Parts: sequence; C-alpha cells; structure tokens
Amino acid sequence: MIWETVVLALRAIRRNVLRSFLTILGIVIGVAAVITMVTLGDGATEQVRADISSLGSNMLQIRPGQGFRGPGGVRIAAERFKIADVHAIEREIYGLEAVAPISDQAAQAIYGNRNWATSVMGSTNDYLAVRDWQLSEGRVFTEGELHSGRAVCILGSTVVRELFGDQDPLGAFIRLDRLSCQVVGVLASKGQSSFGQDQDDMVLVPLKTLQRRIMGSTDVEAVMVSASDGVSTQAVREDIERLMRERRKIAPDKDDDFHVRDMQEIVSTLTSTTRVLTALLGAVAAVSLLVGGIGIMNIMLVSVTERTREIGTRLAIGALEREVLMQFLIEAVVLSSLGGVFGIILGLSAAALGAHLLMVPFVLNPGIIAVAFLFSATVGVVFGFFPARQAARMDPIEALRHE
Amino acid sequence: MSAMTIESAGQALISLKDITKVYGSGTAAVHALRGVDLKIEAGEFVAVMGPSGSGKSTCMNILGCLDTPTSGTYRFKGMDVGSLSRDGRALLRRNYFGFVFQGFNLLSRTSALENVELPLIYRGVPAGRRHERARDALRAVGLEGWEYHTPAELSGGQQQRVAIARAMVIEPEVLMADEPTGNLDSTRGREIMELLRSFNAERGVTVVMVTHDAGMAHYAQRTVRFLDGLIDSEEMNRKGAAS
Repeated sequence: MIWETVVLALRAIRRNVLRSFLTILGIVIGVAAVITMVTLGDGATEQVRADISSLGSNMLQIRPGQGFRGPGGVRIAAERFKIADVHAIEREIYGLEAVAPISDQAAQAIYGNRNWATSVMGSTNDYLAVRDWQLSEGRVFTEGELHSGRAVCILGSTVVRELFGDQDPLGAFIRLDRLSCQVVGVLASKGQSSFGQDQDDMVLVPLKTLQRRIMGSTDVEAVMVSASDGVSTQAVREDIERLMRERRKIAPDKDDDFHVRDMQEIVSTLTSTTRVLTALLGAVAAVSLLVGGIGIMNIMLVSVTERTREIGTRLAIGALEREVLMQFLIEAVVLSSLGGVFGIILGLSAAALGAHLLMVPFVLNPGIIAVAFLFSATVGVVFGFFPARQAARMDPIEALRHE
Repeated sequence: MSAMTIESAGQALISLKDITKVYGSGTAAVHALRGVDLKIEAGEFVAVMGPSGSGKSTCMNILGCLDTPTSGTYRFKGMDVGSLSRDGRALLRRNYFGFVFQGFNLLSRTSALENVELPLIYRGVPAGRRHERARDALRAVGLEGWEYHTPAELSGGQQQRVAIARAMVIEPEVLMADEPTGNLDSTRGREIMELLRSFNAERGVTVVMVTHDAGMAHYAQRTVRFLDGLIDSEEMNRKGAAS
C-alpha cells in the first residue's frame, strides 16, 4: 500500500510539473545552500590544515619566555638558550628526527648595486630537515663550515629574485650588513605561510657565523625539533619541558620560563575556528530549508483545497481517513525528498565550482549529504502533516459538492 | 466485517425504518427527513424523485453510507449501519457500493484506465489484475480504445461511462446514481440509462438513482417520490416491472 501511495504521489506530482517544481524550489535552494556552505567550509579547513602541515606538522618550537609573542614581538627577559641546551635535547630526548637551533636577525643583503632588506637565519642543516625544505640548487653546509662558522649562505628564492634577477647566484659573494658571504645553495620556493609571511624571504647561514660575525653573542633564540613518524608530539613536548625545567633549575612551584609550541596544537586551533565558521554558515543556510518547508505547506494547503472534489470522490469510493492522510503526507514527503535530491546535485555542483574559484580543495562530506536529504524528507513530514490531516478529515458529502 | 451479524436471511437488502435527519439545532434546526421507511430488495432498480429540498439527496447520502441518520435504523444486509464508525462505513462503501455522480467526479489529468483502477487500489488488488479488471470494465461500458484518454479528451457521455465503469469495477451490490444524466443531453442520457438497466438486468446489481427527469425514471422498476422530508408516493413502473 505504501508503494502504491508513492506511485500515486508521483502521478499527482507529474500531473502538475511546473507547480511541483516551484513548490520544491525552496527546499532545493535550502539544501543546495547547506551543501555548498559546508562543502566549501570543509575545503577551507582542509586548506588551512594543509598550509600548516607545510610548516611541518610534527614540529615543535622551544622559546625562552612565556607564551608565543609572534614575529617581532617583545620577549620578556628570560634566560636565553645556549648551544649546550640544544645538545642536551639531542642527547636526552627520545624520538626526534632533527633538532635545529635557530637565531635570526634582520639584515640588509647587498649584491652589486642591488640591496634587499631580509632576515638572516642562523641554524644548521637540521633546520632544513625540521622544515622539510629542499634545495633547488647548490648544496647544504658542510660539517667544517658549521663548526668554524664560515661565511657561506643559502638563499631563499625571494632574495635570489631581488638580488640576482635571472643571474646564477651560486658561488657569488653577497654582503649581509658588513659580512661578505659566499652563496652555496638556493632553497626551493615555499610560498606564503598561512600567517601571510613570505617564507622565501630569508638567508640561511651557519649558526656560528650568525652568532660570531653578525649578532656578536652566543645566544640561541629558539630550538626547533621534529618528532619522528609515529612518535606523539605530546610526549616529546612533555619530555622537553621536563628536561628544560631541570637544566634551568626551575623550582617545582614556579612556572616555566620557556615555552614549547606544538604545531599540531596550532593546526587544531585554526581548523576548529574554520569548523565553527562552517557550522555557522551551514546553520544560516538551514534556515532557508525551514522557509522551504513552509513553502511546501502553503502549496499543499492550496492543493488540498483545490482537490476537494477528488478527496470527496476518494472518500466516497471507500478510502479510509488514514489512507487519504498517507496519500497527502507521502505526496509532501516525495516532493520534499525530490527537492532534497535536486538540492544535493545543485549544491555539489555549486561547491565544485566555488572550490575551483576559491582555489580550495573540494571535500565531499557524505555525512552532510545524508543529513540534508533526511532533513528535507523530515520537512515534508512536518509541513505536510497539517494539510494532509485537513484532507483526511473532510466530510465526503461536503467535499463531493465542492465546486 | 465478521463482527457484524446478519439477523435474518430473508430480509431486504436495504431497509430504512423511521429515519430522521436534522441539521442544526434549536429554532434553526432543519428537518431534512421526518421519518422515512423504505425497503429495497436485491436486484431492484429504484428511481428516487422529488423537488429540491424534499430530502431525497439526504436520503441518498444515508443510503450510500456517506451520512448517518439522526434517529431511526438503517440496515444493509441486516447490518446496523448506524453503529458503524466513519472508517467502518468507508469499508462498507469500498466493498458493496458503487457511486455515479451528476458531475462525473473523475480525477482530471488522469487516464480513464487509472480512474477506473482507483477503487481497486483501495481494495489492494495487485497491479496486473487491476489493469485487467479496469480494461474489462471500460469494455463493458463501450469505451474500448479510450483507456489512455484523460477526462478532458472525452465527451460528457463518455466521462459518465468512465464513472460507471469505475463504480462497476468492484462488482458492487448497490449502484448509487445521483442524477447521472443531469449534465447530459437526452440522447446521451438515454444511452447511460440503457447501460444502467443492462447492468441491473444482466449482473443483478441493485440500482438506486435520483433523477429530476420523469422520462429517465421510467427505466426503473419502481419510483419513490419525496416531499417535505417524507415519502410521498411509491409506484411500480409498467415498463420496468415488465422486464
């Protein structure tokens, strides 16, 4: 009987194609809006996650002071790290892929008649490992260069472009403030970070070179480490915190005077932010589904009035109250489900186009498609019930007489 | 149906006893029926006549189990219809009654075949059997070849034939016809009456028909006249009685 009723409902819908289409338009747009918003939102979340992963998602940064002050921010006066701290981490922490001490300083890079304000990063070859960064040309530093603090450098691609244009930088000497320094390698381009920084605008020199010849101190500003695959960054972080408290002789009742920042944590913070935005957009779009439901109720009420004689005829030939109720209810549900299907198709198409235009990945979320479809069918039940009950309760004599 | 008892096998198919119907209440009350007694035997062809407001339509609605009397007893095949619920009466109509209306009441934009199938859907007849029976019913009213035409593509006489096929497809005990020729010219009207009489004669279906037209009433065996909520007169028609 249910299947028969669905067939009857489809017949009734087919009998008035244009009106049926207009009836479900609200649902189509509502479902399409929800699907588009959520799919694009998921794409944006995925994009953010991928961006941050390009920084190295299993990367941790240890800095003196409390909290993350951001680039250029003032750090509170806490004891600086020394190279011995870096060696201690290398020696005593289990599960590390690479440990890179870093210090950086703004400097003017000069080649011939060109100059460019950039930042000079002092570190070791491990820096490249931690950041998962490849060279596009040349070589990494040799052990000798690192030990003796030779005046050699590896250039970021932005610096190459600004100083050398189309010329080959390998082997050339550039000046970093007052230090003359030979180019041994060029970094592959990484592009903008998700914080909007140009990651390629930097010059890498051996840590000792920076300390002795540019900064004039033996401080290490921060330590970057990357955990090996399968090692929990949480565990690494706790180990490092314990080690550093010990080395810096911090009493158990005192707070840390250093900070370990886990990239995984930044990833989850940023992705949860975009998720909240996605949910919000989806919720706004869901309101239009509700409006679509009211549209269905409106048309179903008109339809019931219009088909009064039909209902009277059905009742006269022996349709039960619940059969008439089911007929109109199923008609509403079939209508709204059709709207849901068209909405899903439209929404996915719009999302695919939008993802292409916004250059975010297209992420298919089967959950939201199922939810949107079930929701649209539910809209049919809820908003179809009142008109259907009105049809079912008609007096057959009155209904037959209706003009 | 099994719960209903058949009191006496020898009883008339339809029996109304002291039926009254009052619409409204107090001083505004309208007494549509004031105590009607009527018996209809199985296989009869009865014409019901009377001026507007005489109570004949109300009586037809009660006979067709569409309405319930205010007081009095209606027995159909011995069952007390007055005690049935709305759904109980719907089941009774579904199984025993066919209806033909003045305005045809076919579903628009729906083929003749689908219109005729409608009562079978409610009776749960499977699709294949349903098509077959609907085709047979359309053939019996002379509409073979018109199965896939919608009411808008059919003449008034043809539409009424579809309606009769829809009523007859369930092989009812009683065919209730409410001015079946009211919207048709006299030639088409006579064709419809011939059709009703042939179903009555050949299939033994009991026909109860309301009409204004004395010429149409002649096709019946018996004419019942209503006046002011009461049966004014009953007469046997020679022509009908002869057949």
